[in-house]
Amino acid sequence: MKRFLGFVRKEFLHIFRDPLTMIIIFGIPAVQILLFGFVVSTDLKETKVAFLDLSKDEITRTLSGKICSSGFFELGADLTGYHEAEHVLRKNKIKAVIVFEKDFGRRLISDGTASVHIIADGSEPNMATLITSHISAIIADYNRELAGAGLQQVLLVQPEVRMFYNPTLKGQFMFVPGVITLIMLLICALMTSITITREKEFGTMEVLLVSPLRPAQIILGKVLPYFILSFVDVILILLLSWFVFELPVKGSLALLLAELMLYILMSLSLGILISTVAKNMQQAIFISLVGMMLPTVLLSGFIIPVESMPMPYQWVSKILPPAYFITIIKNIMIKGTGFLYVWKETLFLLVFTLAAIGLSIRNFKIRLQ
Amino acid sequence: MTSREPVITVQNLVKRFGSFVANDNLNFEVYAGEIFGFLGANGAGKTTALRILSGLSAPTSGKVMVAGVDAGRNPERIKRNIGYMCQRFSLYEDLTVTENITLYGGIYGMKRNEIRGKTAALLERLQFGAYGNTLISALPLGLRQKLAFAVAVLHQPKIVFLDEPTGGVDPITRRQFWEMIYETAAGGITVFVTTHYMDEAEYCDRVSIMSEGKIVALDTPAALKKQYGVSSVEEVFVKIARPGQQLIP
Amino acid sequence: MKVILYLIRKEFLQIFRDRFLGKAIFAVPVVQMLLLVPAVTFEIRHVNLCVIDRDMTPASRELTGQLEGSSFFRITRKTFSEEEARTMMHRNRCDLILQIPEGFGRNIARGIPVPVQVGVNAINASNAQLSWGYLNGVIQNYNLNRLKKGAGMPAGVQLQQVSLSNRYWYNEMLNYRHYMMPGVLGILVLAIGFILAGLNLVKEKESGTIEQINVTPVKKYQFILGKMTPFLLIGLVDLAIGLTIGIFTFGVPFQGSILLLFLSSAVFLVGVLGLALFMSTFARTQQQFMFTGFFFIIVFVLMSGIFTPLESMPLWAQKIDLVNPMAYIMRINRMIMLKGSGFHDLRNDLLALVLIATAFTTLAVWRYRKTA
Repeated sequence: MKRFLGFVRKEFLHIFRDPLTMIIIFGIPAVQILLFGFVVSTDLKETKVAFLDLSKDEITRTLSGKICSSGFFELGADLTGYHEAEHVLRKNKIKAVIVFEKDFGRRLISDGTASVHIIADGSEPNMATLITSHISAIIADYNRELAGAGLQQVLLVQPEVRMFYNPTLKGQFMFVPGVITLIMLLICALMTSITITREKEFGTMEVLLVSPLRPAQIILGKVLPYFILSFVDVILILLLSWFVFELPVKGSLALLLAELMLYILMSLSLGILISTVAKNMQQAIFISLVGMMLPTVLLSGFIIPVESMPMPYQWVSKILPPAYFITIIKNIMIKGTGFLYVWKETLFLLVFTLAAIGLSIRNFKIRLQ
Repeated sequence: MTSREPVITVQNLVKRFGSFVANDNLNFEVYAGEIFGFLGANGAGKTTALRILSGLSAPTSGKVMVAGVDAGRNPERIKRNIGYMCQRFSLYEDLTVTENITLYGGIYGMKRNEIRGKTAALLERLQFGAYGNTLISALPLGLRQKLAFAVAVLHQPKIVFLDEPTGGVDPITRRQFWEMIYETAAGGITVFVTTHYMDEAEYCDRVSIMSEGKIVALDTPAALKKQYGVSSVEEVFVKIARPGQQLIP
Repeated sequence: MKVILYLIRKEFLQIFRDRFLGKAIFAVPVVQMLLLVPAVTFEIRHVNLCVIDRDMTPASRELTGQLEGSSFFRITRKTFSEEEARTMMHRNRCDLILQIPEGFGRNIARGIPVPVQVGVNAINASNAQLSWGYLNGVIQNYNLNRLKKGAGMPAGVQLQQVSLSNRYWYNEMLNYRHYMMPGVLGILVLAIGFILAGLNLVKEKESGTIEQINVTPVKKYQFILGKMTPFLLIGLVDLAIGLTIGIFTFGVPFQGSILLLFLSSAVFLVGVLGLALFMSTFARTQQQFMFTGFFFIIVFVLMSGIFTPLESMPLWAQKIDLVNPMAYIMRINRMIMLKGSGFHDLRNDLLALVLIATAFTTLAVWRYRKTA
């Protein structure tokens, strides 16, 4: 036991002495949280739009004023004819052109209706959808205002909306679970697979194998530091998201930590499994990045919703442990649900972990023979 | 035979890495056409000095003239006049023998025809004929070392620096290698060679012995043996370089 | 000049002799295009809705019928239990809950306003806003339809309505594949150039072959150009492969000039290669370079506007993006391919790329030391 502790201590020192590893373990989570928290956002913020006002009356001025003062849009240009629309959109400075038809005000009063036409830049579909939905909300508001109090009484069905789980509609709620999932996989699976393969490649593993330490102890000693470091990392991310994004853990903290440990264990066994398969570091990096990180980023639903993908992608997502883990964290952290709501996902992770450990042991034995 | 005309002049050369002094005030001259042996235990500072002389590393202070060029001020101009063979084999292992020769010929600005002729002559001289299109990674160590040497003198430099060229090579190949060194020197190229095989030191015109960053002896092998009253350079070395310590083979 | 040619020849010999690299160069564009382009879509096809209809009158059924009729909503469950609806949302079986209270039909027939409750799963904030917007639209339509049928318009109120129509230019159907393809081409060129060039130089350092080069009179700029040119060519070939696959497999239109696309990608690549070679002078091992390189690629890509609009980023991030070559090429590719923008429309972005390429290449030549 004493020998084992000494070995673990040595492994810890190895990690702490390498500044690069320290950057990966503590720098990457911080930067990712920062990036996703502040940079990756789909909110409209003073998006530049152009107006093509063919009427130029009191009402069109009021409407364009409302659009520009909404905070979502900013006046980018005033056009005089349709031919200019093509020009400004192609320059990419303007995201949409808002057209008020001729005699807009007159028609509204005499016919009771007048039309606004939006030409949005479809080369960015997200943006285009958001622009039209925001402008239609502004116009709906205006319509209600137009009708005055009288209409309030005739619009009989009055929806009252409640936003569950994320009442202030923060974008960060979506990705914090994803970042945790990704970072754990990065540290536990990628880093351990590379460290172990490195020892194999440089032949230092042989030295360890002839030492009085048992193989299981060696592997345990190698992964224990990563287990502890990644746990510290999770706590760090949870604290960061609590203080910076005000995203507290709604459900049971003990349950969350237990699930985290299971997931870390799974990632570590995956890392060990990779190291038993890879012949050298290059292969370990390649398997980890292409076989593990890429599918996780793409298909676990953390940036891109899985439901909209073509079927084969959705099937792959069904066998990705990180996808299950994201559901688990979302449920416990954000929805505040208990174990009853996550037991299936937990079971899947457990089975996957056991399978990975079993396969590693088998591979390891084959190699030793 | 050697003339008394120096091609390398080193005055008060000091090289520090932080607080560690790798070369502590070196002073020596190497004469045109001679085979100059640079001896010392591992870590004595041989490679550091060699890298400065070949323009790979800048001196902390002191004056180093190589083939008439100041190494501290103008390392790039030195490189035209020298050849260099690293301690660690550093030709491209995933290229063939001919491809490596062509590459370095091209880098030194040789004409296409000249490269072709040289390659043929070289393969002939090394009895390499069959290996022209073999990948370096498939060559045995001894052949690799010979090839590395041949590439280092491909462009007919004034001086060639060899950093432990025979490390790990079998005795027969070592002998052949030294024959190549003699041929090269006879062709008018000054040879500057580091080694820790003491028997090889006997083949040099003059040897210097380094210990802990300083040159502790410099003379012909015969003069050194006489001075210390021993029968081999090895004994000289053991006496002065590492008193009381065993020599690392 | 001749020296550079010898260096380039050597790189190509090495690349194509490497079994893995020689294949990867041609496989990567195929895999990336087929994998990334169809996967990335933010289109909301349908929203799962759970309806609690406590009224069960023709009026309430008309409302739910209108919801069912829209292709956007899919009613996954009708129940009377709020508890059950909440559980469904917990389990991710529905994203919207609509609660129609008892007496709904009776009250609106009498002209008494009735509140209906809508619950939205808001973890994905932007989807939540969009689906709530759609649901609200359906309800308002329901109201207007009732009014048009003449049900209880009070005297003296004249209904004035501004109507809205829209069109999407350059991508009529808002096809996400059209949107992603130009961006993925950028990622492809970035990844291939950055990783191959960087690893190549670090490998020379690791294996010591660079020593032998450093002791020759080769000029620093010759060496760097000799390293850049092969990967520049490979990057452009990969771009051509990716482009062909994109156009033929996904039917993405190509509006602009192919020449301009290749020209701007070449400038972009020079910048990327310069940065890769600059960074590789700091790395001691290929592993170190991979990690830092991977990290840079992620930051570059996430901040490039490929998934989310640049305009939504905070100002400081937009300033950082001034030196992010990926942000420029993403915009340029989209503009050329989808909008048919010409040199005149792109000249500022192109100029910025030229400056970045010059700066990174200069840095690489400067940092590369033949003499330690």
